[in-house]
Amino acid sequence: MQAVSEKPFRPDLVAVPVVLLLGTVFALIEVAKSPDPLMVIQAWTFLACMLGISTFFLRRYAVGLPDEESGPYVNDVVKAGVIASMFWGIVGMLVGVVIALQLAFPHIFYFSNFPFTNFGRLRPLHTSAVIFAFGGNVLIATSFYVVQRTCHARLAGGSWAWFVFWGYQTFIVLAGTGYLLGITQGREYAEPEWYVDIWLTIVWVAYLFVFLATLWKRREPHIYVANWFYLSFIVTIAMLHIVNNLAMPVSLLQTKSFSLFSGVQDALIQWWYGHNAVGFFLTAGFLAIMYYFIPKRAERPVYSYRLSIVHFWTLIFIYIYIWAGPHHLLYTALPEWAQTLGMTFSIMLWMPSWGGMINGLMTLSGAWDKLRTDPVLRMLVASVAFYGMATFEGPVMSVKAVNALSHYTDWTIGHVHSGALGWVGFVSFGAIYCLVPWLWKRKSLYSLRLVEWHFWVSTLGIVFYITSMWVAGIMQGLMWRAYNDFGFLEYSFVETVAAMHPYYIIRALGGILYLAGTVIMVYNLWRTIRGGVSVAGESAALNQTLSVQGA
Amino acid sequence: MSGKERDTHSGTETTGHEWDGIKELNTPLPRWWLIVFYACIVWAFAYWIVMPAWPTFNGYTHGLLDHSQRENVAAAVNALKMQRHAHESQLATASLQRIQNDPDLQQFALAEGRSLFGDNCAPCHGSGGQGAHGYPNLNDDVWLWGGKLEDIQHSITVGVRSTIADTRQSQMPAFGHDKILSDSQIDDVTEFVVSIAGRPADQARVHRATKLFADNCAACHGASGHGDRTMGAPNLTDTDWLYGSTRADIRDQIWFGHGGVMPTWAGRLTPEEIKSLAVYVHSLGGGE
Repeated sequence: MQAVSEKPFRPDLVAVPVVLLLGTVFALIEVAKSPDPLMVIQAWTFLACMLGISTFFLRRYAVGLPDEESGPYVNDVVKAGVIASMFWGIVGMLVGVVIALQLAFPHIFYFSNFPFTNFGRLRPLHTSAVIFAFGGNVLIATSFYVVQRTCHARLAGGSWAWFVFWGYQTFIVLAGTGYLLGITQGREYAEPEWYVDIWLTIVWVAYLFVFLATLWKRREPHIYVANWFYLSFIVTIAMLHIVNNLAMPVSLLQTKSFSLFSGVQDALIQWWYGHNAVGFFLTAGFLAIMYYFIPKRAERPVYSYRLSIVHFWTLIFIYIYIWAGPHHLLYTALPEWAQTLGMTFSIMLWMPSWGGMINGLMTLSGAWDKLRTDPVLRMLVASVAFYGMATFEGPVMSVKAVNALSHYTDWTIGHVHSGALGWVGFVSFGAIYCLVPWLWKRKSLYSLRLVEWHFWVSTLGIVFYITSMWVAGIMQGLMWRAYNDFGFLEYSFVETVAAMHPYYIIRALGGILYLAGTVIMVYNLWRTIRGGVSVAGESAALNQTLSVQGA
Repeated sequence: MSGKERDTHSGTETTGHEWDGIKELNTPLPRWWLIVFYACIVWAFAYWIVMPAWPTFNGYTHGLLDHSQRENVAAAVNALKMQRHAHESQLATASLQRIQNDPDLQQFALAEGRSLFGDNCAPCHGSGGQGAHGYPNLNDDVWLWGGKLEDIQHSITVGVRSTIADTRQSQMPAFGHDKILSDSQIDDVTEFVVSIAGRPADQARVHRATKLFADNCAACHGASGHGDRTMGAPNLTDTDWLYGSTRADIRDQIWFGHGGVMPTWAGRLTPEEIKSLAVYVHSLGGGE
């Protein structure tokens, strides 16, 4: 028996190389045959990724199975996810700062000889980098960590987890370089073309498999609430991604494809996808993070089991989120009945969303004093507060009368960023601040003072961002609809653009502050991993108690 | 798995489950949360009853109000037309001079013109009509095709080098690009233009260019370079330059003979709207 268990048969070590081989063959065919120069560049990129991943697998598995993969938990892939998250976070936020400055000063970093410096190409790079590259890596890394601990089981599928990680990075690289080359489907948040979509589908199915199989072999009688949210996020995103990207390529050797949908049906499918990407990627997934890391860090039980059940099922099973998409298309060619449904379901969404906020905040009862001393917990709690604010603002903006003013203005941009910077960003940062000492087996973070700095600099950045966009958006909306006594528009469009200028500068400043906070974090994490723990006064004792739980 | 226990802080029972040290309290749903949730649902049902809401096999439920966004938009557009109607119909028959002299009508025309200018003219001429390199400034008293109300109205109607037959038309030859003049001849003419603009110039070159100017330029710009509005030829002796005032700019213009295009607005704007625009542009400061 002993001999057998040392060399168990690992089907994943056959299956993953087969997938990589097929990817390599596909890339080689495109490189050799494609008449489309952009496809050739993408194929070379894909080929490099496939060879890189193959090299990684050879180095990891050729000499024998890593000890970790027969131990209680695997951590290396989570570590890689944490590093990738921070890398893409910096990239995405930096591009965000560039395009915020371009809106205020159109000639900044724009060179007519280099079309990739155009706002139109950089904007999807920013949104995809922060949502899918940063957010996606945070979700994959934390889900791999959390599902093991809460199931009391090692991650299933062996090297499939590594395939998910590297496959996802490949998706990011193909999508991002594609945008810069000008390849796009023109669908917001679903810009990558058909071949990138197919690759992501393969990776996502592998992700679902790893997650489900781990749940399957759990050694806990019940499935923890965080895992419900993770699973719903993975399943729903798969469905949304596949349906919204149904398209016919011009040829298998070319980048361009045409959607199966057209006209108002196309718009509705796109926003059914677009809104639920927010609902399941940026909400359900990150609520899972909240449900693990807040009780863990606060060392308090979750406030209400019943609330977690009710708000989960109202959010997901009744598919309220699935109905909210039409609120992105109020006062358009979309039939009025569909607009009504979009608006009313968005209103009904308010309390289910707040269920998560209540559970997150009230878990702190009995531990509120920790907010004073633990900036990581404060960051997590602030994220829940921003979540509550954004999920109240959302239903308000979905009311037709409000939307008539807010739609197409920068109020929407402000709303998105109060959710993205305040909720998604902060809950991710909080989770990563917890994870790094746990994963790298450090006594504590390098410096809690730097976390304080990160918290306040970034919070100030968020305040600048969302307040300037509120003012700018409402002003813009009012200027667009202002008529003079004779019945003519009071302002031309360009006058409203000029009026936005100071607010665009304030917004860019907010973005710069937020990025600065993230840079502080990266430095702090790097010093933590390197091992130089600074023991400064009272924070040392707190750090010690907090790090024990991760061991 | 420990059995059910009570949390010491809140006194609430836990569910008895534990995951990686995390327990859950069995706190009941907050009352206010439940009430607001039910209220939202009741409100949604009420909204569905009165407004168009659910699809059916052959249409949709119209609701008690039978509300229609499309009808509302049509009504709002109509109301706006009615509000403008009295003045608009006066504009149709009034001469430009009368519009200018009737304070009420003039105010209306200026309001309409300003609105139209922002959405149609500002992209090239600037939001304040200040112009840009290659796009005439409309605030000053320098006019290529004339600055009287009728001139402006005509320019807007037919455009410059536009797609219609009776467009305003002029074409400066590309003296360098088309090899009509040599490199050094163009240098000479450049110095000549600089000199008639009243700036210090190389007198030897000016002297050599005198005949070149008379043969090649004077037909449009006039013997003294004062320009000719009937041909849209700019005055070369003033300090306003459409394509720049430096020697390099002037030389570049002689070399390529740049000429911008302004579209015809007939068909896109009504004759009344063009009248309003003419009055508005005339009022910017340079109207004659």
